[in-house]
Amino acid sequence: MALSSLSLYSQAIILFAALVLFSSFVMLAQTRMVPLIFTFAWQGLLMAVATVLVAIVSNHKHLYISAALTVALKVGLIPWVLYRLSVRLDMNYDTEVIKHPSLLLLGGAGLVIFSYFIALPIVHLSGLATRNTIAVSIAVELLGMLIMSVRRTAMAQVIGFMSMENGLFFAAVVSTYGMPLIVELGVAFDVMVASILFGVFFFHLRDSFDSLDVSHLNLLSEANEPAPLAETAVATTPGEHT
Amino acid sequence: MTMLEITLLAPFIGGLLLAWIGHRTLAGWVNVATGVVTFAASLVMALDVFAHGPQLSSGHLFYIDAFNVYLVVLTAFVGMTTSIFSRPYMRHEVERGRVTDRRMRLYHSMYQGFLFSMLLALSTNNLGIMWVAMESATLTTVLLISLYRTPQSIEAAWKYFVLCGVGIAQALFGTVLIYFAAENRVGAEHGDTLLWTVLHDTAAANLDPAVVSLAFVFLLVGYGTKVGLVPLHNWLPDAHSEGPTPMSAVLSGLLLNVALYALVRFKMLVDASLHTELAGHLMMGFGLLSFVVAGLFLHRQHDIKRMYSYSSIEHMGLMTFAFGIGGPLATFGALLHMTVNSLTKSAIFVTVGYASQLAGTQRIEDIRGLIRTQPSIGWGLLIGTVAITGFPPFGVFISEFLLLMATMKSWPWLTIPLLVGFGVAFAGLFRHLQPMVFGEPPTGQKPVRANMLPVAVHLTLVLWLGLSIPTFLSNWFEQATLLIAGAPLR
Repeated sequence: MALSSLSLYSQAIILFAALVLFSSFVMLAQTRMVPLIFTFAWQGLLMAVATVLVAIVSNHKHLYISAALTVALKVGLIPWVLYRLSVRLDMNYDTEVIKHPSLLLLGGAGLVIFSYFIALPIVHLSGLATRNTIAVSIAVELLGMLIMSVRRTAMAQVIGFMSMENGLFFAAVVSTYGMPLIVELGVAFDVMVASILFGVFFFHLRDSFDSLDVSHLNLLSEANEPAPLAETAVATTPGEHT
Repeated sequence: MTMLEITLLAPFIGGLLLAWIGHRTLAGWVNVATGVVTFAASLVMALDVFAHGPQLSSGHLFYIDAFNVYLVVLTAFVGMTTSIFSRPYMRHEVERGRVTDRRMRLYHSMYQGFLFSMLLALSTNNLGIMWVAMESATLTTVLLISLYRTPQSIEAAWKYFVLCGVGIAQALFGTVLIYFAAENRVGAEHGDTLLWTVLHDTAAANLDPAVVSLAFVFLLVGYGTKVGLVPLHNWLPDAHSEGPTPMSAVLSGLLLNVALYALVRFKMLVDASLHTELAGHLMMGFGLLSFVVAGLFLHRQHDIKRMYSYSSIEHMGLMTFAFGIGGPLATFGALLHMTVNSLTKSAIFVTVGYASQLAGTQRIEDIRGLIRTQPSIGWGLLIGTVAITGFPPFGVFISEFLLLMATMKSWPWLTIPLLVGFGVAFAGLFRHLQPMVFGEPPTGQKPVRANMLPVAVHLTLVLWLGLSIPTFLSNWFEQATLLIAGAPLR
């Protein structure tokens, strides 16, 4: 693929897709809370720009709506909610210890290569102007999963989750010029509700575990005995463990 | 098509209404009434489908055929009976101080929201909307699992949220891939290509095999997480043991079925496109693994709800395996097993809820002498467990027998792990059940107010299905078998 043979718009789409991927890598090893949230917002913005470019190239009007949804949710509402929460929970200066950052980034690079491998049959079929970025969208999704599985704080896990959602949305845009609008709206609604729920759970987690470190969540396992039914107002019957 | 609209609107409006009513005593009754209306409407709709064949709504958004109509009825039915059970049970929980009055508003509205999501996922024709509905079902159940606000329940809900969120995201990617493959082949309107009817009737045969098989892998991981297939099953026992019991009943009895339904819908497309057994083999592998592993885990349990949730994983594995075999006989057996497993499982969870209220704990070691203290609960648990482990004359025996027959025909060697799995699961359940039911009751154990009517109705239905399957039901199953397996039963 010779870059210079593509139209300027296509080149711009590829550039923005690369920047979206780059922002995923930044999130992967970003230990501080607030920059993490801001990077996520940047990713949403870059994606929205790429979507608008795709809309111009492909002349699909409904992609403008998708881009507007992305800006409203992923650049506006969700980062703002997360930022407010981090301030309220007094963790906006928290940092998280990542054990092997360089290994993690190498693993991320491996995932990108793997995505290109997965995307081969898809790219092979596609006749769209955006087909070169399909692998990037898969990589963004897989990197979101990687963030979720290696990071230890609830905030980073939520960011990973949302960035995975970003990757999915981007995959839909570049492989099929977006899903049907009704589905887009449904997915956007679900993402919005999920982000609000995550916010609610931050408080629950802090109240129950005194921290947002998910590695504290080890009460439930096959080895543990079940806890007695807590907070029973009735007097304890014999045989009930307290 | 109006009856379908009522079926969908009743839980939706009911949920909004319940959010407005809040925690008044009325709420429990409104919940029951909503369930009754939903069930009645779905029944009328089912009779209509039975008389006039599959129905496509005017906007092509909804499609009801033999495969999903009985699942809609089953969902509405179990939703109704569980709401009948949930009214006194949750009131008792409030009295014991486990749930505050204020949280009952959340519980009731989310209960109906959950039912609405499931009915939407079952009846929609648009594969994208199906995904949206499944995700909504996840979001509503997260709030139900964390209802008690104990550290354990918060942890269970968080794990469920994260794991199912990740899982179901993979399913969305699979859906995007299917859409992509179809866009390339079908000259339909942009947006019509995600409709299952369009895909199945016109497109499936000429979708690109490479993309479709990739899509199915993602879909299997995604919806398989929700089915509770083994490497991705961790959320299920946690969610069951920490959430309120009515939620466990609808989760085990219904949600897992809906996820499996989504998976089978996609399998029909994939089979038509690939002309190979790839999808079936994948499902068989994961199904058998879940079946065997869950059976072994049954032995090491200390929490009664956790134990029965492993039994759920086991049966979902068996059904996935059966749909994977994919012949007419196996498909028929799997459809029957879906029904009887739903009915039996929800009945068991209702009984387990009462049993743990009676003993004041969910620890198996501390639940003793149920039959002595309260015969109805003891016998309910005993009969329910006998039914689920596949004893004749219950329906589970019939479906498991059919599945064994089908396995015998196509994969004779695999009957060995199946039979061993049945034996292991039976032993695992009964070693815990025997002392719980027949043991010496601890002093001062008093009966609780229990409404065993839902349990009796469910178990009677399962018994009836074991003795004779009514004609209309077997007709449906045969039509659905023809749809899924592509060949008639005989």
